[in-house]
Amino acid sequence: MKLARDTWLVFQRQVLLMIRTPIWIAVGIIQPVFYLLLFAPLLKKVLAPDGAGSYADAYQVYVPGLLAVLCIFGGLFTGFSLLGELKAGIIERSRVTPVSRLALLLGRALREMVALLVQAVLITLIALPFGLRVSPLNLLLAYLLLGLLALMTSAISFGIALMVPTDAAMAPVVNTIAQPIALLSGVLLPLTLAPHWLQQTARWNPFYWAVEGMRALFSGHVGDSSVWQGLLVVVVMTVLSVYWSARLFSTRVR
Amino acid sequence: MIETTGLRKSYRKKTSRKSGESPTVDAVRGIDLSVSAGEIYGFLGPNGAGKTTTLRMLATLIRPDGGRAGIAGADLFTDPAGVRRRIGYVAQGGGTTDTVSAREELVLQARMYGAAKARAVQAAEGALKAFDLADFGDRPCATYSGGQRRRVDIALGVIHEPRVLFLDEPTVGLDPASRAYVWEEIRRLRTEGMTVVVTTHYLDEADALCDRVAIVDHGQVVAEGTPEALKREISGDVVLVGLEPGEGVAKRAAEVLRPQPYLHRLEVQGEDGLRLYLEDGAAAIPQLLRALDGAGVTPGTVRLQRPSLDDVFLARTGRSLQQS
Repeated sequence: MKLARDTWLVFQRQVLLMIRTPIWIAVGIIQPVFYLLLFAPLLKKVLAPDGAGSYADAYQVYVPGLLAVLCIFGGLFTGFSLLGELKAGIIERSRVTPVSRLALLLGRALREMVALLVQAVLITLIALPFGLRVSPLNLLLAYLLLGLLALMTSAISFGIALMVPTDAAMAPVVNTIAQPIALLSGVLLPLTLAPHWLQQTARWNPFYWAVEGMRALFSGHVGDSSVWQGLLVVVVMTVLSVYWSARLFSTRVR
Repeated sequence: MIETTGLRKSYRKKTSRKSGESPTVDAVRGIDLSVSAGEIYGFLGPNGAGKTTTLRMLATLIRPDGGRAGIAGADLFTDPAGVRRRIGYVAQGGGTTDTVSAREELVLQARMYGAAKARAVQAAEGALKAFDLADFGDRPCATYSGGQRRRVDIALGVIHEPRVLFLDEPTVGLDPASRAYVWEEIRRLRTEGMTVVVTTHYLDEADALCDRVAIVDHGQVVAEGTPEALKREISGDVVLVGLEPGEGVAKRAAEVLRPQPYLHRLEVQGEDGLRLYLEDGAAAIPQLLRALDGAGVTPGTVRLQRPSLDDVFLARTGRSLQQS
C-alpha cells in the first residue's frame, strides 16, 4: 500500500517533469519515422523469398522490430536522467525521507515505460498509412510486451547508472550492451534470414524472444507459441532486472 | 537528543584496482557525541576532516562500519526508518529540481514524509510564509539566487517539523546578507524547539552561531565544548608579532623568546611572524619587546588579541584551520 502510494508520488513528479520538457516526444519519434520511410521499403525485396509480397507485409515484419528497438534503446539510455538527478542531490533528498526506496526506482521506470508507450502508439499510427494492419487485441498484447520491455531495460539502465560514476562512462557502456542485444534480436531484418549458428546464438538473447513474440502478434498469429514464450521470457527478465536494480539502489551509497 | 559512541567509517581506496591489497581510508575514526535537545551544535574542521561523512551517517545516508548511535530515541542501526521520520537533512548542494517551483517541491517533500495531499499543500503554504519565499515561490527553482535557493533547501528540510535538523555547510558560497539570514533562520528553528547540527569550516560561524562545537580533524573529535570554554582553555591572550623580513629572523626571535617565563606557547608563522600564547598580553608586551631588542631583533608590528577557535584548533592539531 505504502509502496503503491510512494510509487505513484514519484511517478507523478516524473511525468510532470516530462510534460514540462516535451521535446522528448519529437526526438523519440523522428528517428523511427526515418527508419519507416527510408529503410522499411528495402524490406519488400529482401523478404520476398519468405513470402512478403507487398509493402504491407514488409511493415508487418518491420514495425514490431522497430517498436522493440525503441523500447530497448530508449529504456537502456534512461539511466542518464538518474545520473543527472543523483548529481543534483535530488535522489539524496528523497533518500533521507521515509519514502520507499523501491518506489524511487519504480516511479521512474514507470515514467519511462509510459513515455516509450506513447511513442510506440504514435509510431504505430504513422505506420498505418504505409499499409500496416493489426487487430486491436493483438496490438494491446504487443503493447503489454513493449511496456514490460521498457520497464526491464529502464531498470537495467538505472542499475548501470548506479555502477558507473559519470555520464562519460555511461554512454560507451550502454552502447556496448545495446548493440549486440539489438543485432541478436533481429530487429532490422528477421533472423530467419540468418545462418544457423547466428540463429542458435540469438536464442540465448531474451530480447530475441520478445521480438519474435511481437512479430507473431503483428502478423495476427496470437496463438503462436512464440507469443507466450516471448511474454514469459520478458516477465521473468523484468522481475529479475527490477530486483537487481532495486537491490543496488537500496545498498549503494551515493 | 543525539548520542553516539565510537561511530566510524572507512572507505576502500578506489585507485588501486585489482593490484592485490586495497588500502582503506579512515574517514571517521570513532566519534562520541552527546547533543542535547534545543542545541545548535557545530562540527568545525577543515575539508576532508570527516564532518560530512559523520553527518551523512547520522542522516542514514551512509551505513557506519561500527559504533552506536541514537537520534531522538530511534536507533540508527536497527531503526533507520524511525530516524528518518524524526530528522531533516539539508545537503551542501541542496537538491531542488530546476524546472519545478519551490511550492511544488515543498508539497512533494511533505507528501514523501507521508502527509495527505491537502495537508501537504497547507504545509507548503505555511513554509512559504515562514521562510519568506512567497515572492518567488511559484517560479521555477532554476531562477533563484543562491540565497533564495538556500532558504528553499532549509524549508524543505523542516517541512515535516523534525526534532533534529542536520545542515551540511549551510552558508558556503552565500553573500553576507544571505548568510546572516540563514543564521537567523537557524536560531528561529531552535527557539521552536528543534535541535540543529551544522557542519562548517568557518570559524566565525562556529563561534557566533553554535551553542557547542566539536572540533574535528582526521575523523576524530579533537576538542569539544562551548566556544567560550574552548577558547578559555587557551591561556589568556594571543600576541602576534610581525618582524622585519630577513633570513632566519623568525627563528632567532623564537630562540630569544622561548625561555621567557610568561610565555605558554610559541608558533612560528612563515618567515617573519610569531604567534605567542601568554597569560596577560598587555603586561607581557613591554617585556618581550625588551627581550627582542636586546637580541637585536626589531619587531615591525605587535598585535594583541583574544584567542579564537582557530587557536584552539592550532593548539590541538599543530595546524591552523585557515591554512589547511
